[in-house]
Amino acid sequence: MSTAVSVIFQERKDQILRKGQDSFGMECNRDSLAGAVSQRACVFCGSRVVLYPISDALHLVHGPIGCAAYTWDIRGALSSGPALHRLSFSTDLQERDVIFGGEEKLYLALCELIDKYAPKAAFVYSTCIVGIIGDDLDGVCRRVAAEKGIPVLPVQSEGFKGNKREGYGAACRAMFRLVGTGDTKGISPLSLNILGDFNLAGEIWIIRDYFTRMGIETVANITGDGRVGDLQRAHGAALNVVQCSGATTELAKMMKESFGTPFLRVSYFGVEDMAESLYEVAKFFENKDPQIMERTRELVKSELAVLYPAIQEFKKDLAGKKAAIYVGGAFKAFSLVKAFRLLGMQVVLVGSQTGTEEDYRELYEVTDEGTIIVDDSNPLELSSFLKEKDVDVFVGGVKERPIAYKLGVGFCDHNHERKQPLEGFIGMLNFAREIHSSVMSPVWRFVPRKKARN
Amino acid sequence: MENANFVSTTNGCKLCKPLGACIAFRGIEGAIPMLHGSQGCATYMRRYIISHFREPVDIASSSLGEKHAIYGGGPNLKQGLKNVMTKFGAGLIGVATTCLTETIGDDVPMIVREFRREMQGEGAELPPLVTVSTPSYSGTHMEGFHAAIKAVVEQVCREGERRELINILPGFLSTADLRHLKEIVDDFGRECVLLPDFSDTLDGPALEDYEKIPAGGTPVADIERMGSGAATIEFGRTLTGNDSAGVQLNDRFGVRLHQLGTPIGIRETDAFFETLSTVTAKPVPEKHEREKGRLVDAYVDAHKYLFAKRAVVYGEEDLVIALASFLVEVGIKPVLCASGGRSGRFKSCIELVTAGFTDLPIVEEGADFKKIEELCEGLEPDIIVGHSKGYTLSRKLGIPLVRVGFPIHDRFGGQRTLHIGYRGTQTLLDRIVNAILEKSQDESPVGYAYL
Repeated sequence: MSTAVSVIFQERKDQILRKGQDSFGMECNRDSLAGAVSQRACVFCGSRVVLYPISDALHLVHGPIGCAAYTWDIRGALSSGPALHRLSFSTDLQERDVIFGGEEKLYLALCELIDKYAPKAAFVYSTCIVGIIGDDLDGVCRRVAAEKGIPVLPVQSEGFKGNKREGYGAACRAMFRLVGTGDTKGISPLSLNILGDFNLAGEIWIIRDYFTRMGIETVANITGDGRVGDLQRAHGAALNVVQCSGATTELAKMMKESFGTPFLRVSYFGVEDMAESLYEVAKFFENKDPQIMERTRELVKSELAVLYPAIQEFKKDLAGKKAAIYVGGAFKAFSLVKAFRLLGMQVVLVGSQTGTEEDYRELYEVTDEGTIIVDDSNPLELSSFLKEKDVDVFVGGVKERPIAYKLGVGFCDHNHERKQPLEGFIGMLNFAREIHSSVMSPVWRFVPRKKARN
Repeated sequence: MENANFVSTTNGCKLCKPLGACIAFRGIEGAIPMLHGSQGCATYMRRYIISHFREPVDIASSSLGEKHAIYGGGPNLKQGLKNVMTKFGAGLIGVATTCLTETIGDDVPMIVREFRREMQGEGAELPPLVTVSTPSYSGTHMEGFHAAIKAVVEQVCREGERRELINILPGFLSTADLRHLKEIVDDFGRECVLLPDFSDTLDGPALEDYEKIPAGGTPVADIERMGSGAATIEFGRTLTGNDSAGVQLNDRFGVRLHQLGTPIGIRETDAFFETLSTVTAKPVPEKHEREKGRLVDAYVDAHKYLFAKRAVVYGEEDLVIALASFLVEVGIKPVLCASGGRSGRFKSCIELVTAGFTDLPIVEEGADFKKIEELCEGLEPDIIVGHSKGYTLSRKLGIPLVRVGFPIHDRFGGQRTLHIGYRGTQTLLDRIVNAILEKSQDESPVGYAYL
């Protein structure tokens, strides 16, 4: 039996699955276990990461300083224009505000910041404490919106009201108040909105370029390099393409219901999923433009012509190495499993913070025998799995990195803080290079994990 | 200059209270910090701390949800404590509150007392459970740090026969600083209890197995003995009775307290060595005398590069005071000293350490980076000394930023920066001189390779 048993909490047993050993069944979407050091964040975090890249909006965190401080300029979400999103605004609530209420402070803060920065809209994030002291966020936002003449949108993101997933919903509901309020004149019939891409390291520009080459106009980036004005006219697009498991799905659903905008699920990670996504979009527009499929094929062909030979080089070194994946949303995990397969590598552990049963079922199907599948894991479990499976490289975010490094395991940051684009065909090449540069580094010769074996 | 006194904070120059408490608890052997609040607090702080130390930082959470916010978080806190005890085998659990649990009115000491009774009823062995109140709406991470240390002293120390032991309460220093402190006291041939000591727990070696709790830290048994120490040396000029664990040790156990400035620069380091000399009745070891000698020599070698250079210094109040004290010694003029803290003593301390060297700089308490940027207008600074979050300012002004303190998120090895003692001062001096040389060299049309 595995070494992992001693670190697994009884309460978490049915959130861990070994393919081949266990039949499918996953108790996910549970509250995190107290005392277990979950890698999850909170509702506020979910809202903040989704809305953050909207670069011409004011993002005001109504709460004590911590919530704003820990989210100041932490994502690599680039903007081609304004950069208001990179500033960290907080009402910095003090004891007096907690006792007497923070509404007046919020009102003054909004007014002074809107006067100074002239944003196109303002998002006001509610934090734990605001939910408890009962500030009328809606009321203050309405008042300021009327006085300043811009949309002022409350985001109901009190941290304790669930996990990140609820935060995505709150962000979608806030954004939805903008959709449908702008002029849609002049939008091409071949048009779409990109949902669930945050333009980390300029990724959305890569994807937009593909669509442009296919002859499709992108109306709104939601939310990478996002603009308030684009969101307001997003309902004029013919299609929504939605990436990222939960983050913007709710917005797509609301737009479908209210404006009849259909949506497609896509992923821009890895060769297969990237190509598949483009073909799906081409198919959608084929009746409007019969040539589009041909153009898309050309595009994919020309990209692959460059990519494949380069990938083969990396594959020579990487074939047979073992990878582990632990990410926020499960969608990325599907693409990563395929991407590793392309590199000849084997995925031996895959998990996510907030996957759904459906997600885990799909992971169960696409992974190899013996793969560990885990929901809402923690450092104790992850480290014991890494060791048990003798993993060569771990893909995760900042909180996973020190676990890998401490144990002498390679690492690839696939989270908000990455500074290298990993999406698109070029992204696959970057990904391969990054995996290669970690796995092939000579430093592992010196770590205790390897030395013990020699 | 814009004089708007905004009610909002833009790019805060402070962090929240529980973060400081978590770092302090991390410096105790076998300890797990645990936040009583929603899951996000622990996760955000872990991410922030990890990015500085590049080490695993496990902070447990009671993971409150909506129903707990309404009915109280007691049951979750108890379950969390139990899980941390059984899975991590914690030698001490430091429970810090958050703004959520402070506002819903959870009585954490009472819940923990209940927990203790219940567990003892089941015959369980309990580690010390230390509680500290850290609502982030009052004070910064430094108040949280000191509150946690004070809580540990209050709740763990015991009376005992007087020993030759020296207690050192260093405040929030780097891992290299903590190691250097231990070396210094060791060179005086004395045993010390350094609280906290995260020099190993947050800067550990590569390992074959993940340690549930990283090795190192102040042993709990040593903390218990602090009440019988011969003396306490506590760094931090802004600390007063209410916040000071040293005062606590003095009042409760009669351990003589020496409150000093953080030892950066010759004068503050001299004071530290003199105090050690007094406490141990031994002369300053030759090794350190020589380090001081080399430092004075370096001051002389560097003086022309530095004279009348203008510095902006920001960060935690006690660090800024210590840095200002050092900078004036080498002829640098601190033109602006800023901090997100509001101890009320910042200005008078800056005045004290700069008196006789230079005019009083602009001193700004409760500052954010927007305010710091505004105040910089017209000051024409040459150099900035502070943590990573001032990078934007340095870029805008086109002047070098010498990174010190916490957090250092944009450079390698920031957690190992040595600031204190003659040796740390030497390191800082070298870095400051080189930053100034590099800029003038880069900007020179000639580009001498001989400066």
